[in-house]
Amino acid sequence: MNKLSSLIKGIILLLAYLVVQLLERQGVLLPYHVQILSLCCINVILVVSLNLINGFTGQFSIGHAGFLAIGAYASAYLTVVWQAPFLFAIICGGVLAGIAGLAVGLPALRLRGDYLAIATLGFGEIIRVIILNTDAVGGARGFSGIPKYTTFGLAYLMAIFTVVVIRNFVTSDYGRACLAVREDEIAAESLGVNSTYFKVLAFTIGAFFAGTAGALFSHYLQYMAPTPNQIGFVKSIDILIMLVLGGLGSITGSIVAAITLTIIPELLRGFAEYRMIIYPILLIIVMIYRPAGLLAGNELSLSGITQFVKGARAHGNHT
Amino acid sequence: MAWHIMALQQLINGLALGSVYALIALGYTMVYGIIKLINFAHGDIYMLGAYFGFYAITVLKLSLVPAVLTSMAGAALVGVLLERIAYRPLRNSPRIAVLITAIGASLLLQSTAQLVFGASFKPFPQAIPFRRIQLGPVFITNRQLLIFGVAVLLMVILHIIVHYTKLGKAMRAVSMDKEAALLMGINVDRIISATFAMGSALAAAAGILVGMYYNRIDPYMGMMPGLKAFVAAVLGGIGIVPGAVVGGLLMGVAENVVVTIGSSTLRDAVAFAILIVVLLFRPNGLLGKKGIEKV
Repeated sequence: MNKLSSLIKGIILLLAYLVVQLLERQGVLLPYHVQILSLCCINVILVVSLNLINGFTGQFSIGHAGFLAIGAYASAYLTVVWQAPFLFAIICGGVLAGIAGLAVGLPALRLRGDYLAIATLGFGEIIRVIILNTDAVGGARGFSGIPKYTTFGLAYLMAIFTVVVIRNFVTSDYGRACLAVREDEIAAESLGVNSTYFKVLAFTIGAFFAGTAGALFSHYLQYMAPTPNQIGFVKSIDILIMLVLGGLGSITGSIVAAITLTIIPELLRGFAEYRMIIYPILLIIVMIYRPAGLLAGNELSLSGITQFVKGARAHGNHT
Repeated sequence: MAWHIMALQQLINGLALGSVYALIALGYTMVYGIIKLINFAHGDIYMLGAYFGFYAITVLKLSLVPAVLTSMAGAALVGVLLERIAYRPLRNSPRIAVLITAIGASLLLQSTAQLVFGASFKPFPQAIPFRRIQLGPVFITNRQLLIFGVAVLLMVILHIIVHYTKLGKAMRAVSMDKEAALLMGINVDRIISATFAMGSALAAAAGILVGMYYNRIDPYMGMMPGLKAFVAAVLGGIGIVPGAVVGGLLMGVAENVVVTIGSSTLRDAVAFAILIVVLLFRPNGLLGKKGIEKV
């Protein structure tokens, strides 16, 4: 049954890719639309990786854009200056971001709650200011002339890879330990779970994937600017909003929210002036009425959907 | 100029900036002390305060003192409404939901301000003529004196309210133990509203002072000072009123020193570097007491 459902999911994912390719070739989807789909995939990676830290391990990081920035700039430097192949640059970006995550995580994870949040925000801003002062990557002028290597196919593949790895991690022994740390750190410790180890592990893995997303992001935009909107705390908060709306601790929630919240602003482009007013109001309303996010820690699944449909049909027969 | 004169000059400039941080930090610290919320929208209330002051001077043609008072009243109203509409329904929700709401409120105030007041900056009217006062080898501007004067006056008033009035006593009681305060017949909701009103009024005063000091205001001016004032509050020990003042002054001086000897682009990193060092070595802040964690 499990193998079968994996197979079905694989086929659905493949079909989705083929449909996009077909529609693009037929001219139904314009290059602009495919661009947005790539951005959706990048955001899925960012949100799912942040979910590992904030949702599953219960730490509160609001500096995720800092890791994105490291991956984005490091990979761009590699492809532009060293002419390195893109895949190598993605991996290097991810590894560097992971190392930064380790370096940040070790001291910062002694802190809890609000203090940790502010410390991660601080780290993110420090990374931004360091980039701002590094001439090798353009400094305040920004980093331009990055080749356009990110295709929809690659971003799609990376997003699937991220989701699969993080889902498997969360359902493994390691993931269970992370959940235990989230639920009650002191109880987990007393049962022999080394909470610092698992917190730092989650942080490092999350940072690694954020770094790969950064590599995709810089080769998607072709230009990086060290502004709060692109790699600073505004970006971190964007990612956090997607995560929270989708529901902490729900991978499918993260995916749905990342895609929806990437597309909605594009649809609202005509109302650009009001967009930034509607958006926070929605956010506040969701927090007041559904503080655990739209999916509230539950997962959407094939069997869940079929059961829901069956239930609805059975209900329909009765009435 | 000899180095010690320059240092003294930077100390004066730093203290002026630091007084502003202190005024904003007081609002953070009071709100955190009472409902354990990092009110991310506080920086934007400071921005609104600057705009209220701007319109009070240019449209209502008020002179400086009534303009400051009007703006403080306006900001206090916004602060109270914000708490009533956005934060109160979430009082028993998970902390992260409240924090996200605060971020949402901050974005909302910012984009509303951008829509209503325009995205570009406005030159702040100079309510008093610029003057430079020579003090031996260093000088101090009358605007800096104004900042010191207003900041000290407001802090003294706040101190009197917190320590010598019934309201202040109730505030301290609520911050110590909300349930116990409720049992003693304190109207907790009203005390929380009063705290938001006072914090917002202080931020508004800071907004006007900064508008006059830098001569310009814009809808995004609250973002960085808001974050830095929060750092100042943490530095002094969050929830502790004198801590916010000490933290704010230290931050202002540190920032000016770094800008003088380093580069101005490092300005924003200083605050966060200080923050991380403080959190690692004295997580309860300079004036904070060490708490015991109860299981």
